[in-house]
Amino acid sequence: MAIYVILALDVLNGISSLFLLCLGLAIIFGMMKIINLAHGEFIMLGAYATVISANAGVNIWIAMLIVAPLFVGIVGLVIERCLIRFLYGRLVDSMLATWGLSLLIIGIITTIYGNTQQGVPTPLGGFSIGSYQSSYYTLFLAFMAAVMMAIIYGVMRYTRFGLVARATMQNPAMAATLGVNPARVYMSTFALGAAVTGLAGGLLAPVSGITPVMGGAYVAKAFMTVVGGGAAILSGTLSAASLFGSVNQVGAYFTTPVYGEVIVFTTAIVLIRLLPQGISGRFFKGNL
Amino acid sequence: MTLSRRRFLQRSAIATSTLIAAPAVFRSGALAAENPITVGSLHDQSGPIGTSGTPMVYALQLAVEEINAAGGLLGRPLKVMHYDTQSNIQLYSQYAQQLAVKDKVDVVHGGITSASREAIRPTFDRFKVLYFYNTLYEGGVCDRNTFCTGTTPAQTVEKLVPSAMKKAGKKAYIIAADYNYGQITAKWMTKYCKDNGGEILSTDFFPLDVTNFGSTISKIQAAKPDLILSALVGGNHTAFYRQWTAAGMKGKIPIASTTFGLVNEPSTLDAAESDAIIGAYGYFEELTTPASKSFVEKIKKAHPDSPYISELASCTYEGVMLWAEGVKKAGSIDRMKVIEALESGLVFDGPSGKVSLDKPTHHTVRNAFLAEVKDRKWSVLETYTDAKPADTASVCDLVKNPNDVKQYIINL
Repeated sequence: MAIYVILALDVLNGISSLFLLCLGLAIIFGMMKIINLAHGEFIMLGAYATVISANAGVNIWIAMLIVAPLFVGIVGLVIERCLIRFLYGRLVDSMLATWGLSLLIIGIITTIYGNTQQGVPTPLGGFSIGSYQSSYYTLFLAFMAAVMMAIIYGVMRYTRFGLVARATMQNPAMAATLGVNPARVYMSTFALGAAVTGLAGGLLAPVSGITPVMGGAYVAKAFMTVVGGGAAILSGTLSAASLFGSVNQVGAYFTTPVYGEVIVFTTAIVLIRLLPQGISGRFFKGNL
Repeated sequence: MTLSRRRFLQRSAIATSTLIAAPAVFRSGALAAENPITVGSLHDQSGPIGTSGTPMVYALQLAVEEINAAGGLLGRPLKVMHYDTQSNIQLYSQYAQQLAVKDKVDVVHGGITSASREAIRPTFDRFKVLYFYNTLYEGGVCDRNTFCTGTTPAQTVEKLVPSAMKKAGKKAYIIAADYNYGQITAKWMTKYCKDNGGEILSTDFFPLDVTNFGSTISKIQAAKPDLILSALVGGNHTAFYRQWTAAGMKGKIPIASTTFGLVNEPSTLDAAESDAIIGAYGYFEELTTPASKSFVEKIKKAHPDSPYISELASCTYEGVMLWAEGVKKAGSIDRMKVIEALESGLVFDGPSGKVSLDKPTHHTVRNAFLAEVKDRKWSVLETYTDAKPADTASVCDLVKNPNDVKQYIINL
């Protein structure tokens, strides 16, 4: 019996980490149609910000929850001003530019901190269910995923900023006619997406292998989840993350980790074949 | 002066021959003065494998400096021709050609991953350039032009598995990276576990980009092994040790690994995550023999921020020194003469102790060490002297088949 509880926790862990990893990308790609291939490097920057500030004596919770998103948010802001703002509506160009950007970020971090592992201890301990062990950190990740979902929903649905942002994404010309400055909205949306991604990097830092090239392991799955989720930022990402996260964990448990990966990618192919607009293109139309 | 056709031809001929001859004249003049023996070096100093390659380059430079300080070889100084291969196999092929054809070096030391070695080994066979591969690997290379000075699984896994089983118990669970190194090492782990009366509960392989080990940790708990044998590779896989500790499993089931700590995991991971992990290699920076201490001291003095000095560095140093002994003994840098001298059972006392070259396999008989991580450092538990490359010896005999140039897959 206990093993099923543990397995359920694994699934919860898979879903919540995937959701956290994808949320920032969903904001940037889903709302702004910028394919940010440097997404993995934003995660890496968040992880580095956490590790470096924590090792410099900053409280680990502050490092994860405040330093990481703040730092990556500012980086995102600078990148938007210097690079991304010239590329709105130019899908292929934005891919090329952000890919170059990802290589640049990897190069800078490698030059400064070297090509080695960085580490920060995991806060919180483990607990046992029957004869099995699991970690409180799993529950904390799930809690943070829920909190992030609530915050993004609240901001997008109930604040003036959210309303203006959604309007601008839908029809920038009309929004501009009504007195909104689209450039400014784009800028803050991009920075918001970057900050959310940085937070994900910070939250995953204690349970990941942190190297300058770690982003590569996340970027494919993040894109797959966002595309599989479709246009709705929250409901789409959540449903796709739930699907892929649980398929991966259950698949890996009952077969091998190799097949776990194969099953996820097969699921993604079938999903896109059946629902070309993503899950939210069919089931949660018009939702956030 | 009128310029007749005949005179024009005459003068042109003289001028042309002078121009053509000039470099030869100059070069022979330069040769008399300097005439260094050239040592090619192909190591990754950047990219994902850069951390492994950097100390290897330091060790190679140290060996060459020491030989030069002692008057060089055959009265000639050594000169290093180094290329940073940037963790890129294509650059390995390209620079290997360059070393062989353009630089015409007398020996090449280098290659880190098995893939990089197999990319350049045929080039050096074709152009008849002596080649040293100084990295631990899965074994089986059988090539008279190539010397492999690193350890193979028979030398380390053979010691690691029984010692770990003695400490922990007979039921083991193997987790390994999903490419040739992990696959082959897992086979060796299985063999040595069974040979010692143990049982393998399960073997799981992980693609190199797996980052979430939650379900594996649950699976391991369900299988209830006494011991985990790990051949996980790379930064992403380090996450396993983190998530293992986060789940509170640390200390409940011991871990023994053939890969952990080869680069610098003990010093970068938190002590709580790495303590009590057991490893076996051909060398540890923490060895307290005088030769080892002075080796580490010299590298740290020249390069204070050097990454962990592992078997990779000590084998490179010993590889260069063994080659130098071979040249001294042969009294020549002729490739065949040096190979024959190296095959005569040469011995060098290096940082890891006595290293000798095994004639039939072109591998080394060397010491192996068992160590445990304690407070972010390796603490050496046991020394096994004269470990033989028994795995490669089971398939390779260059005395009988001197024309072999392949890597055998060792079937177990």
